[in-house]
Amino acid sequence: MENGNTENTEKPAQNGGAPPQNGNGEMCMSLNAVNKWYGEFHVLRDINLEVCTGEKLVVCGPSGSGKSTLIRCINRLEEHQEGRISVNGIELNDDLKHIDEVRREVGMVFQHFNLFPHLTVLQNLTLAPIWVRKTPKNEAEEMAMHFLKRVKIPEQAAKYPGQLSGGQQQRVAIARSLCMKPKVMLFDEPTSALDPEMIKEVLDVMVELAREGMTMLCVTHEMGFARTVADRVIFMDEGQIVEENNPEDFFNNPQNDRTKLFLSQILSH
Amino acid sequence: MAGAVFTPIAARPAPAATVGALGWVRANLLSSPINALLTLAALYFAWKVIPPSLDWLFFNATISGGTVAECKTAGEDGLIVDAPGACWTFVKVRFLQLMFGLYYSGNLDQVWRPVLMFALFVGLMIPLFVRSFRKKLLLGAFIVFGFPFVAYALVHGEWLGLPVADTDQWGGFMLTFFLASVGIVGALPLGILFALGRRSQMPVIRAFCIFYIEMWRAAPLITVLYMASNLLPLFFPSEVDFDKVARAMIGITLFQSAYTAEAIRGGLQALDRGQFEAADALGFGFWKKSGLVVLPQALKISIPGIVNSFIELFKDTTLVLIIGLFDLLNMAETASRSPEWKGYDLEAYVFTASVFFVFCFGMSKYSQALERKLHTGHAR
Repeated sequence: MENGNTENTEKPAQNGGAPPQNGNGEMCMSLNAVNKWYGEFHVLRDINLEVCTGEKLVVCGPSGSGKSTLIRCINRLEEHQEGRISVNGIELNDDLKHIDEVRREVGMVFQHFNLFPHLTVLQNLTLAPIWVRKTPKNEAEEMAMHFLKRVKIPEQAAKYPGQLSGGQQQRVAIARSLCMKPKVMLFDEPTSALDPEMIKEVLDVMVELAREGMTMLCVTHEMGFARTVADRVIFMDEGQIVEENNPEDFFNNPQNDRTKLFLSQILSH
Repeated sequence: MAGAVFTPIAARPAPAATVGALGWVRANLLSSPINALLTLAALYFAWKVIPPSLDWLFFNATISGGTVAECKTAGEDGLIVDAPGACWTFVKVRFLQLMFGLYYSGNLDQVWRPVLMFALFVGLMIPLFVRSFRKKLLLGAFIVFGFPFVAYALVHGEWLGLPVADTDQWGGFMLTFFLASVGIVGALPLGILFALGRRSQMPVIRAFCIFYIEMWRAAPLITVLYMASNLLPLFFPSEVDFDKVARAMIGITLFQSAYTAEAIRGGLQALDRGQFEAADALGFGFWKKSGLVVLPQALKISIPGIVNSFIELFKDTTLVLIIGLFDLLNMAETASRSPEWKGYDLEAYVFTASVFFVFCFGMSKYSQALERKLHTGHAR
C-alpha cells in the first residue's frame, strides 16, 4: 500500500540477515537479541528477527510461548529489557518521541477488537487521523469511508460498535488501523474471539490486505491463512523462536521435534 | 420425518390474573399472607399520616397577610393560640431574607441584582436541555468559566459601580447556591486530575495524589471549614484580609475534589485495559488518550458516583454555619428565632427541606437522563 519508504534510514550493517523471501528487500523491522522478563519470568529469550518491507509473517506456538508479547514489544505496548528493536530505522528506547513515531508507522489489531464504544464506527476511524495525524476532518472521513468500503461495511458507519457483530467489529478495527496509513500491521490473534462463521470474513480482509503488499506480522492459529499468505512461518515456544521457515517446508517438513509435536496436535482434527 | 411440516401453535392471551391491574396487585401487594398483612399495615399508616400532614401543609395553612397575627386564632377560652395549620405567612414575609440574605432583604431597591443573576443562570441552562441546540459545549464552557464572574459582578456590585454587597452579607439560598456550584465546578477538573494522577506510572505523582486524596477523605468537612476559617489566616500577614466566603469555597472545593477523584477512579478502573492499549497503539499521547478515549468512558461510568458526591456536597454546605456564614438552613433557623416569628421553626425547616429536595432530586434525575442519553448500546 505505502511504497515510498523515504524514511528508511537504518544502517546497511543491519541488513545482512536472512535473505528476503518477498517484497522489495528493504528492511522494515529488526529485533536483535531481544529479552524480556515479567518480574522474574523470562518471557522472551534472545529473539532475533528481521522483516523486510512487504513480507508477511505468521507467528504460531502454544499459549504462553511469548508470541503475543513479541508483537506487543514491536509497538511498545510491552517494554523489552535487553536487545534492540527498530522499526523503519527508528529505534525503540525510552525516548517517547521514538515510541510515538513507531506507533504511527505500526498498526495493531487486537483479539478483542478494542473499538471505542462511545464513538460511532466513523468516529472510531477518524479519531486518530484527526488528532494524531492532524488530517482535516472531511479528508479523514473520506479516507475512513474508503477503508470501510474495503472491509465491506460502509453501511455501518453511523452505528456504534456495540451494535455490530464480532466479525464486523474486527473489520472496523482493521480499517481503523489502516486509516493511520501504517507501514506495518500487527495482528494479535485477530480471529480467536470470533464465532466460527465470522472468521472467514475477517481472514478475507486480511488476505486482501496481504495481496496489496502490506507488511504483516500475524499471531494466529489459522493454519490455512498461514499457508496461503505467509512468506515465513515462525514457531515459538518457551519464549524462543524454535523454527522459522517458508510455509511449504514448515508444514510438510518441520525440522524440530517440538514443531512436529505442535503441528501434529493442531492439525490432527 | 422428511416431509413433516412445521405448524406453529397460535399464541393465546396470558391468564387474566397475571396481567393488567389485577395481576399487578396480586404480584406486588398480595403475593403471600405476610405481604398482604404488610400492605394492610402500610395502608393504615398512610391513612393515619397523610391526611393530617396535608391538613397542616395546605388545607389549614395560612399564607395571607403580613403579620404574625394572621397565624393566630382565638382558642376556646378566648385566649389567642396558634392556628392549626402551617404559617406560610412567615415564609412569605421572610422570603427575600431566606433567598438572598440580609443585605438584599434590607435593600429592596437592590433585589433585582440576585434575581437577575438567577434568571440569567436559568436562562443559560435551558438551551442545554434542548436537543436541537448545537453549541452546548460552548455554552457549557461559558456557564462554567464566564458566568461566575457575571454573577459576582452582579451580586457584589463593585465592578459595575453598584452599591457593594460584601460577601459577608451574602446569605440564604444564594450563598448555598454559590458554595455548591463553586464546589462542583472546581472539584470536577481537580478530581479528574487527581484520579488520573493516582493511576499514573510516575511514582512521585502517584504518591502525591494518594496523599492528597487520603488526607482530605480522612478529615470531616467541619474540620476543613474550621481550619479554612480560623487557621488559614494565621499563615498570612495580618493585613491580608482573606474573604471568609472565598475561604469556605476553597475548603469545600479541595475537600470535594478528593471524593470526586475517587468516584472517577472507579470509572477508570472499570475500563477495559484494551481501551488504553488501542489508544496507545494508535499513537495518542497521554493527554489525548485521556481526553478522547479514557475520560469520556470513565466519566460516563462514574456519573452516579460523581452526582452522588455532588448531592452530598450540596447538603454539606449547611455546615458553613460553623464559621458563621448564613446559608439557607442557617438563615431559616435565624428567621424563625426572631422575636416576631418565634416558634415557627417547623415551617422554616419544611421550607428549607423542600428547597433542598427540589435541587437534589433535580440533580439525581438529570444524572439518570444523562446516563440514558450516553448509553450507546455497548455490552462491556
